[in-house]
Amino acid sequence: MAKFTAKPADLLKINFKTPKTDWMDTPVEIREHMYCHPAKAKDLETVGFPNIHEWKPTDENWNLPENWKEIVLSGIKERLQKYRSFHVFMDICVRCGACADKCHFYLGTGDPKNMPVLRAELLRSVYRKYFTTGGKIFGKTAGARELTEDVLKELWYYYYQCTECRRCSVFCPYGIDQAEITMMGRELTNLLGLQLGWIAGPVANCYMKGNHLGLEPHTIKSNIEFMLDDIETITGIRINPTFNRKGAEILFVTPSGDLFGVPGVYTAMGYLMLFHELGLDYTWSTYASEGGNFGFFTSNEMAKRLNYKIYAEAKRLGVKWILGGECGHMWRVLHQYMDTWNGPADFLEVPKSPITGTVFENAKSLKMIHVIEFAADLIKHGKLKLDPSRNDHLRVTFHDSCNVARGMGMFEEPRYVIKNVCNHFYEMPENTIREKTFCCGSGTGLNASENMELRMRGGLPRANAVKYVRDHYGVNMLANICAIDRATLQASMDYWVPGTAVAGIHELLANALVMKGEKERTTDLRGEPLPQKSTEKEGAE
Amino acid sequence: MKILFPFFAVIVLVLLAMIGVGGANLQSLFGVVVPYAAVLIFIIGIIYRVIKWAKSPVPFSIVTTCGQQKTLPWIKQNKLENPSTTLHVIGRMALEVLFFRSLFRNIKGELKDSSRFIYGSDKWLWLAGIAFHYSFLIVLLRHIRLFAEPTPSFLHLLETFDGFLQIGIPRLFMTGIILLAAVTFLFLRRVYIPQVRYISLQADYFPLFLIIGIATTGILMRYFLKTDVVAVKELTMGLVSFNPVIPKGIGVIFYIHLFLVSTLFAYFPFSKLVHMGGVFLSPTRNLTGNSREYRRINPWNYPVKVHTYEEYEEEFREKMKMAEIPVEKE
Repeated sequence: MAKFTAKPADLLKINFKTPKTDWMDTPVEIREHMYCHPAKAKDLETVGFPNIHEWKPTDENWNLPENWKEIVLSGIKERLQKYRSFHVFMDICVRCGACADKCHFYLGTGDPKNMPVLRAELLRSVYRKYFTTGGKIFGKTAGARELTEDVLKELWYYYYQCTECRRCSVFCPYGIDQAEITMMGRELTNLLGLQLGWIAGPVANCYMKGNHLGLEPHTIKSNIEFMLDDIETITGIRINPTFNRKGAEILFVTPSGDLFGVPGVYTAMGYLMLFHELGLDYTWSTYASEGGNFGFFTSNEMAKRLNYKIYAEAKRLGVKWILGGECGHMWRVLHQYMDTWNGPADFLEVPKSPITGTVFENAKSLKMIHVIEFAADLIKHGKLKLDPSRNDHLRVTFHDSCNVARGMGMFEEPRYVIKNVCNHFYEMPENTIREKTFCCGSGTGLNASENMELRMRGGLPRANAVKYVRDHYGVNMLANICAIDRATLQASMDYWVPGTAVAGIHELLANALVMKGEKERTTDLRGEPLPQKSTEKEGAE
Repeated sequence: MKILFPFFAVIVLVLLAMIGVGGANLQSLFGVVVPYAAVLIFIIGIIYRVIKWAKSPVPFSIVTTCGQQKTLPWIKQNKLENPSTTLHVIGRMALEVLFFRSLFRNIKGELKDSSRFIYGSDKWLWLAGIAFHYSFLIVLLRHIRLFAEPTPSFLHLLETFDGFLQIGIPRLFMTGIILLAAVTFLFLRRVYIPQVRYISLQADYFPLFLIIGIATTGILMRYFLKTDVVAVKELTMGLVSFNPVIPKGIGVIFYIHLFLVSTLFAYFPFSKLVHMGGVFLSPTRNLTGNSREYRRINPWNYPVKVHTYEEYEEEFREKMKMAEIPVEKE
């Protein structure tokens, strides 16, 4: 595969004209830089996925199993019976088109098959052909079409050009959610062994080693020890967190992305500093060392298998409740699925902040709260000593992660924390934030390097809104509460909005946090000189 | 083709009724048998559809949250966009079904000067949609006059309201005109917006033409090709009392109108028009977003193969001990 070299100006030449031919007669063209490499056989074997075989997206022949059509059709049938969402969403779309220009992939590519309505029609047409009377009798005039290898390739290509961000669902008069349809479509491709490397790898890692990155227990500990060294350098305070400690009050689970690489590690340093300052009785787990869930991008069953370890570990360690880090799809899963899959968590207690005494009734069954809820509560009760001027070199905007926004509705807590730890906060335009937020363009396992064009195109609407606040208010920091955002938005910013950095909120919080016994800080967590310190220095000179 | 075929299909329907009644005198077929069959298909079809949907469970709480969640007491929850009780859900669904809340939110995304996206309010679809559905509803209600004796009093009120412009004799009902205008707008929108034209199927044009046909024949009948209303009422009363009669003097235009309506009824359960029922069953809208507070039960939840802590420790025990991470077995 040739290197992706297109300049932003090239990508901005987006053709929104529709093709001359009808979409059913426009064959799929699988283009370089717009898809991810296939999964490695060993990763699929690790978790026992079916129909593992060699194939390449650009090849004519995908070496499909002989009975592939049967597999897909019985897969559709099974899912129609298991999910009302899927069944209803296959039937009630009126193709009004309200969703069309809501998708970041459509806006960034101009490809009509990325309009959520049409992306869904790719599968609906098959559904009509084999599962509805009208489709069986009237065929194409009823919008039905045969399931052929080309149709399957098209489904594969476009269902991996959807990040399940659910923005379309917000505007749909019937709440049709392309994410639900994409999830079904991806389950179907998974049945045929047509999985992506960037999904299957993390899934296998998470299953065997506890986290997506495949960090082994001692590596997790040593990664965190590196952070502790840095924290000591900056604050003069040595922190001693515990691992797999039985009898701790709280189990802390965060995406492994926070433990590896910049800027995720700064967020993790933020958690460490906050918990130390509070004297929190908590522990990390090397076994349940992942809050994220790439299984969610393969099948419901796999997601449940990966999620299992969080409750299991809480039980084994005998903690009272669970605290979760900053992550996007992790919270969609935790909020809307975990208790159903692996509950009831009746061996835990309703989360209660040991610092403020606040009981989190909104999580009384799940027994797990978000670290931002926890932090907002601390700040509201005046339990933290904060010096927001330490973030004065940052002009901050906030990116609502799609899953937290549209699968949870957590809008005020992160803003409350940011406003208390930063003096300069600016919102992006209102049609691009909160429930209307745009995806980073690289979620659902699409955060690979080989599909950079797709990622940059998908990230364009988000980047464009950041550019607006950069140009108007000089914003230079994009805060968020999602590990995938932290891992992928930097690339998008460098491409579209150079000069904008990306950070988790706990990094900003820790910058502002005045810790007991800390030495005079001269830098922020990134080693950048603190604003007022540098002016003092200049003054002294 | 996509537009022409459904258009001619409706023309054929019109001709069928025209020839069937005007030429072949099949009044009882078009006036009695077809309407009965259509209503029967409609009722059974809708029930079948809804039961089929309802048989698929809703395993997870997948509500789309479009507002602030219920959380700390000092943070204001958006109860209608992120419902946590049944009452909130009823409120949300009422906004959705009665006022098309989600569509009201609609914005248009456009790339300006090849460099920046702008998002402007776009309420035309909402306006046309709401005008279409409400005028259709009122037109439908007005027809109760033909099926009830004496005419229910609320109809007088409705008709006074509908005809308050007091134009012409018989009085002009605004809803008929609004219905025709709105449905025409919805058709033109499909044709003129390239993206919408691209996604449109024949199944999108057919009901539009059908409804345009129904509204047109209705208006023609009321204001231009006057039909004997007394005779029509005799027929309709006969139908509802299961004692059908075919009175003399009913114009062909009425039979065309009735045949198109019958087609719409029979077509309804097999088409996208079932969104009328489906909107109530949409899990992203009709669920509460309180799945952290109350456990949702999945009826087909089954045990899965997992990688246990014991297996994990078995693999990493030595490394864990080296790193001074506690283990279960020494």
